[in-house]
Amino acid sequence: MTDASASSFPATSGPNLASRRLRALLVEPKVMIGGGFILALIVVALFAPWIAPRNPLDQDLILASLPPAGLASAEPGYYFGTDDLGRDVLSRLIFGARIALIVAFIAASLAALAGTALGLLAGWYRGWVDGVISRLVDIWMAFPPVLLSILLVAVLGAGVGSVIAAIAIIDWTRFCRVVRAETMAQAEADYVTAAHAIGFPPFHILMREILPNVVPALLALVSLEMGIAVIVEAILSFVGLSVSSDTPTWGGMIAEGRQFIHQTWWVFAAPLAALFATVLAFNQLGDGLRRALDPVLRR
Amino acid sequence: MTAPILSVRRLSAVSELGNADPILRNVSLDLAASETLGLVGESGAGKSTIAKALLGVLPRTVRITQGEILFEGRDLRTLPRRETRAIFGDAIALVPQDPMTALNPGRRIEAQLTDGLRLRRGMSAHAAHKRALELLAEVHIRDPERVLRAYPHQLSGGMRQRVLIAAAFALEPKIIVADEPTTALDVTVQKQILRLMRQMQKAHRTAVIFVTHDLGVVAQICDRVTLMFAGAVIESGATADILSAPRHAYTRALIAAGPRYDRPEAALKPVPEDLVTRLRLEVAGVGR
Repeated sequence: MTDASASSFPATSGPNLASRRLRALLVEPKVMIGGGFILALIVVALFAPWIAPRNPLDQDLILASLPPAGLASAEPGYYFGTDDLGRDVLSRLIFGARIALIVAFIAASLAALAGTALGLLAGWYRGWVDGVISRLVDIWMAFPPVLLSILLVAVLGAGVGSVIAAIAIIDWTRFCRVVRAETMAQAEADYVTAAHAIGFPPFHILMREILPNVVPALLALVSLEMGIAVIVEAILSFVGLSVSSDTPTWGGMIAEGRQFIHQTWWVFAAPLAALFATVLAFNQLGDGLRRALDPVLRR
Repeated sequence: MTAPILSVRRLSAVSELGNADPILRNVSLDLAASETLGLVGESGAGKSTIAKALLGVLPRTVRITQGEILFEGRDLRTLPRRETRAIFGDAIALVPQDPMTALNPGRRIEAQLTDGLRLRRGMSAHAAHKRALELLAEVHIRDPERVLRAYPHQLSGGMRQRVLIAAAFALEPKIIVADEPTTALDVTVQKQILRLMRQMQKAHRTAVIFVTHDLGVVAQICDRVTLMFAGAVIESGATADILSAPRHAYTRALIAAGPRYDRPEAALKPVPEDLVTRLRLEVAGVGR
């Protein structure tokens, strides 16, 4: 018969979407650079006790305020110098990455979880459900986030758990808005109508048909949120509301270094640079993910 | 004519959003078993609303104010949900409009093609897989195993529409509602899909409601045709009669408005403004 029917099967390398997506990710330079840095940071944080040259809490007043390697009167082995109590800056930096990453991953995941759940409900059920959730988001976003987080941690009490809770409680709105809009868009698609017509229960359609198509937009956002979480954690450490001062954090180091910025600038500059690089890496990763996963941008 | 398998009686519907004109005004139409009925009209004529009503997927913003939808003599509007479940999406199936959005981009063809078989017929994964292969072969897809493993974006528009036709016929429905199934396709593929629809319909003895705005498509595929304007039925009858001897001025204008490929120099003739105005007044009283 004359039908050209099946001749048009495209010459793709294989019908495996997951591997194709993965390949699309790997050729995206932003994903490579940002993701590579984050991966390296994770390794450093995991193996901090073996990688760090010395104990980050060891004080040695004789070796206090040493400049970083390469400067006059630097001590060999103290690559980034020491602070006013003689603690090794590099080692503190490495251990500080632990808190930064723990907060980034857990807080961003919790915020994404809460925001996605509420966003799905709002976008799917619309009506008064959407009304309540959207007004809640509006009210939430009217609060200055940093002040709100300080307030929350002050109420919850200092500590990593409180910092994570504060970030998740404040930033779920970002996810909620994106997921709500994306759910609404997907709900209009014919495949959802078809699923209704076949007779799947609405909740099944929401979780099995719509949620997977919302995830790509979500991934990029989670990465950006991790960058934000790192900053918020640093701010809270800076004002002394994060972990207790015997655990090194980048924000805490910045606060300590600030006092002696004219004498020992490196104590201030090193954690600042680490913070900067980490947030930049998360942002690049997020942007790269968005590019790689968004079919419109990819064309 | 034998008793129609589907009979819409004086159906009227309004939008819950604002006080716009009714969406459907006293619409009545009949569908005999294994015939093809064309449902023709401009955008906003109410074609798709009827299609959705037949499938039980009307948006919540549309409210039916009166009328009946009789499927084998039973009114779908008053039947308990338990019984309509066996009709919507089962005895009455859909071939959707846009093959680009009608398949879920994140699920393989196999999963989407076997949804109905597994949910409605309780088939095992293995049995459903075999049935899916048969269906794909029936819609002339070569290498069906490979297509089953594929994701929608790996298929062309024509292939996707074939998959959707296969899915619509999967449960052996008595009626298929085809909502402009060829509008999103280019003309050569359109032809193939129309021919395929015709074949499948003949083989399965299914009745088809073919929603379209294209009288050319109607001429090729429909036994009878119903013309709609602004939610009201304007004219109804056998396709040959209506296209060769239209009784209503609107039908004549619509036929005249079609482009003439044999005389490209002839100017396009849109449906005249005064006719549209007159029609709006004419239908305004209906269904209130």
